[in-house]
Amino acid sequence: MSAVHGIDLRLEGVTKVYPGVVALNDVSLQIKAGEVVGLLGENGAGKSTLMKILGGLIAPTSGKIILDGQQYDAFDVKQSQQAGIAFVHQELNVFDNMDVSANIFLGREMVRGPLRLIDRNAMNKMAQPLIERVGAPFKPETSVSTLSLAERQLLEIAKALSMNARLVIMDEPTSSLTISETNMLLKVISDLKAQGIAVVYISHRLSEVEECVDRAVVLRDGQNVGVLDREAVTHDAMIRMMIGRDLKALYTPPSVHATKPVLSVKNFSIKRKPDRVASFDLMAGEILGVAGLIGAGRTDLAEAIFGVGDKLGGEILINGIKTEINSPAGAIAAGLYLVPEDRKRAGLILEFPILENITMANLSAYASHGLVSQKRQIAVAESQCGALAIKAHDVRRSANEMSGGNQQKVVLAKWLSMDPKVIIFDEPTRGIDVGAKAEIYGLMRSLADRGVGVMMISSDMEEVIGVSDRIVVMKDGLITGELPRFRFSESNVLSLAVGKVLEEA
Amino acid sequence: MQKKDIGLGILIIVVGAIVYMHNPLFLSPINLGNTANLIGLFGLFAIGQGFVIMTGGIDLSVGSVIALLGVLFVDMVGKFGVPWPLAVAIIIGLGVLIGLAHGILITRFRLQPFVVTLCGLLIYRGIARGYTAESTAGFPFGSSYPQLEWLTIGRSFGVPHSFLAMLIVAAVMWVVLHHTVFGRHLCAVGKNEEAARFSGINTRFVTVMAYVICAVLASIAAIYFAMFTKSVQPSSHGNFYELYAIAAAVLGGCSLRGGEGSVIGIVLGAVLLQELQNLVNLLGIPSSLNFAVMGAVILLGVLADQQFAAYRTRKSTERALGLLQKP
Repeated sequence: MSAVHGIDLRLEGVTKVYPGVVALNDVSLQIKAGEVVGLLGENGAGKSTLMKILGGLIAPTSGKIILDGQQYDAFDVKQSQQAGIAFVHQELNVFDNMDVSANIFLGREMVRGPLRLIDRNAMNKMAQPLIERVGAPFKPETSVSTLSLAERQLLEIAKALSMNARLVIMDEPTSSLTISETNMLLKVISDLKAQGIAVVYISHRLSEVEECVDRAVVLRDGQNVGVLDREAVTHDAMIRMMIGRDLKALYTPPSVHATKPVLSVKNFSIKRKPDRVASFDLMAGEILGVAGLIGAGRTDLAEAIFGVGDKLGGEILINGIKTEINSPAGAIAAGLYLVPEDRKRAGLILEFPILENITMANLSAYASHGLVSQKRQIAVAESQCGALAIKAHDVRRSANEMSGGNQQKVVLAKWLSMDPKVIIFDEPTRGIDVGAKAEIYGLMRSLADRGVGVMMISSDMEEVIGVSDRIVVMKDGLITGELPRFRFSESNVLSLAVGKVLEEA
Repeated sequence: MQKKDIGLGILIIVVGAIVYMHNPLFLSPINLGNTANLIGLFGLFAIGQGFVIMTGGIDLSVGSVIALLGVLFVDMVGKFGVPWPLAVAIIIGLGVLIGLAHGILITRFRLQPFVVTLCGLLIYRGIARGYTAESTAGFPFGSSYPQLEWLTIGRSFGVPHSFLAMLIVAAVMWVVLHHTVFGRHLCAVGKNEEAARFSGINTRFVTVMAYVICAVLASIAAIYFAMFTKSVQPSSHGNFYELYAIAAAVLGGCSLRGGEGSVIGIVLGAVLLQELQNLVNLLGIPSSLNFAVMGAVILLGVLADQQFAAYRTRKSTERALGLLQKP
């Protein structure tokens, strides 16, 4: 490995224009060796665009990139790699049909002999020290399909190191990690820092940012709104800069006391975990938080209630009446709706116009004699956009031109245009910026106040504790406990999530 | 009408003008009538193929369905004396069954459309050849079915009825695709099946229906082809027709990834394909080069479409930049 000297990278006055949108406007950024720079901003603030420019995927419309004293108008992918800039993506780019060392050296495989066969031994030997540097528990020959998400992330970092990375850019690295995995990752970051490697850390999880960065750069609407130094990096300061105003306290108490169960789930089990049985009640007018670690079976339970996936046994009562739900169509007919975890996969059809997405679930209501009336679709879509403050110039434009927060509101608008009795939110604010989060919490509360039962699955501790009226905690497909509001605390939720029994308060 | 359709229409006119300049026979009533007849025959089942492609699937069995059902139709009417309206009903019923079989294998048993319909291609062709013992099925000498013939190979004011039938089917399917709930659901399933399912759309039903529509249109086309050729040679009748249908759909703007396409586009695609066949004949190009000409034009068409789209994106970026730089 050649002697790697630390990176010195500056962006000056970078602007990027897309059709109809200014993604970045005169942004400057400086990154030095051994520095951890937090990059913050609401969705659509321009973070991804900035990172794509660094990765050489897109060229800025104007502005300069200065690397080690040399000036460029734009990088291409190769220059970016040669500069030692590496990415650890939100959506991981690992191949789980190969082993660890094959992933690390993908595209740069070592070969031997006249037939140029792959030299596995050499690759494994080279991979071993890299794996040690990131403190990962796997071996070069471990198959990636057996690795957890966090381990795959470490693999990506090892791969970055193998390319002599001087700057590692991490985009929402912890969004699907458990708490202990997150801590492990934060430790790896501080190790990288000690080795003189710079890190750009992009995250919506402010407590992590607070913990690990030397400097936080905040973008808003494509512009640089400020830099916070180590001591100034606090929750409040970051939020204020990101949204340009102070946030209200998260929790708003319900206006009416919830008493009547709108949804009762009794002895419910799914085929994948036949011996795990869950029962719970959801009251009309309450927000029920469902907490637990990743893989606790919360999404499986929600989807099975909604009629996706394989229900095995148990019954569902809506307003006390036993209801047979075997498909999403059945759930929707019963007034039970799901806002799914992965909105791009299951919530929306991104390429479709906003109005089609909003009216998709009960299109028949917009049709007379089988013909759909676009006029009626537009009217409802526009009134929903108004009611939910969805930023859309034209409801006939496609949904993929919107920010994550607005897309989530479109998913919500789809259900609100109908008559909900129960809405299950699965990770409703994942990948959504702070301002839009607050709006979504507000919408949940106003739904609950209308008498809708709101169930919210969330891995974000702040959210679960800050928004719910009551929390149930799951572990391995079982409900391990229930907390009323006065017993809410991180430690209580965590204890139940790992299966400890709480003493009575 | 979409921009793509207009582009395709212009291409058809330009190619037509070139052919006409080299050989004025192109616009003679006889040539136009014959070409319209072929457009009608091929357009009928290309529309069905388009619906399947819009779900993200494919139906490779169309040509074999046309051969098998053609053989059966000719035999029923010619050999067994089944009244033709009943025979038509039976053939269409068989089309429904074939489509259901494909759809159910694909949705319930989760087989890939390519595999299912490839097996269909082999099976139906094999049955047709086995049933006839490789002999040509034909109507008995001197027999005639005036009403059936009027409906299929008849002409009004020189316009072949096959062409009119295709226009009627196209009009109906245009309404179905672009203006009914089913049509929207079809596009939704093709674009993102998961999100469609989570919105309560019965994705299995929609997919099965697409294959039924495809097989039914193929069975109607089978009757028209049988009446047009008067006899059905089981090993060659309808060979490669599925590829004509796929080509027409792709030319007409259907994406093989699903979710995109228009009925007008598919019909125009079928028109262009037949125009190219005609071009080969009228310009004295050896007919063995037929496929090569067709392949080259499809490739150029798709390539040009791609380039135009990239150009439009670039233009709008420049416009946005201009707006930004203005104070």
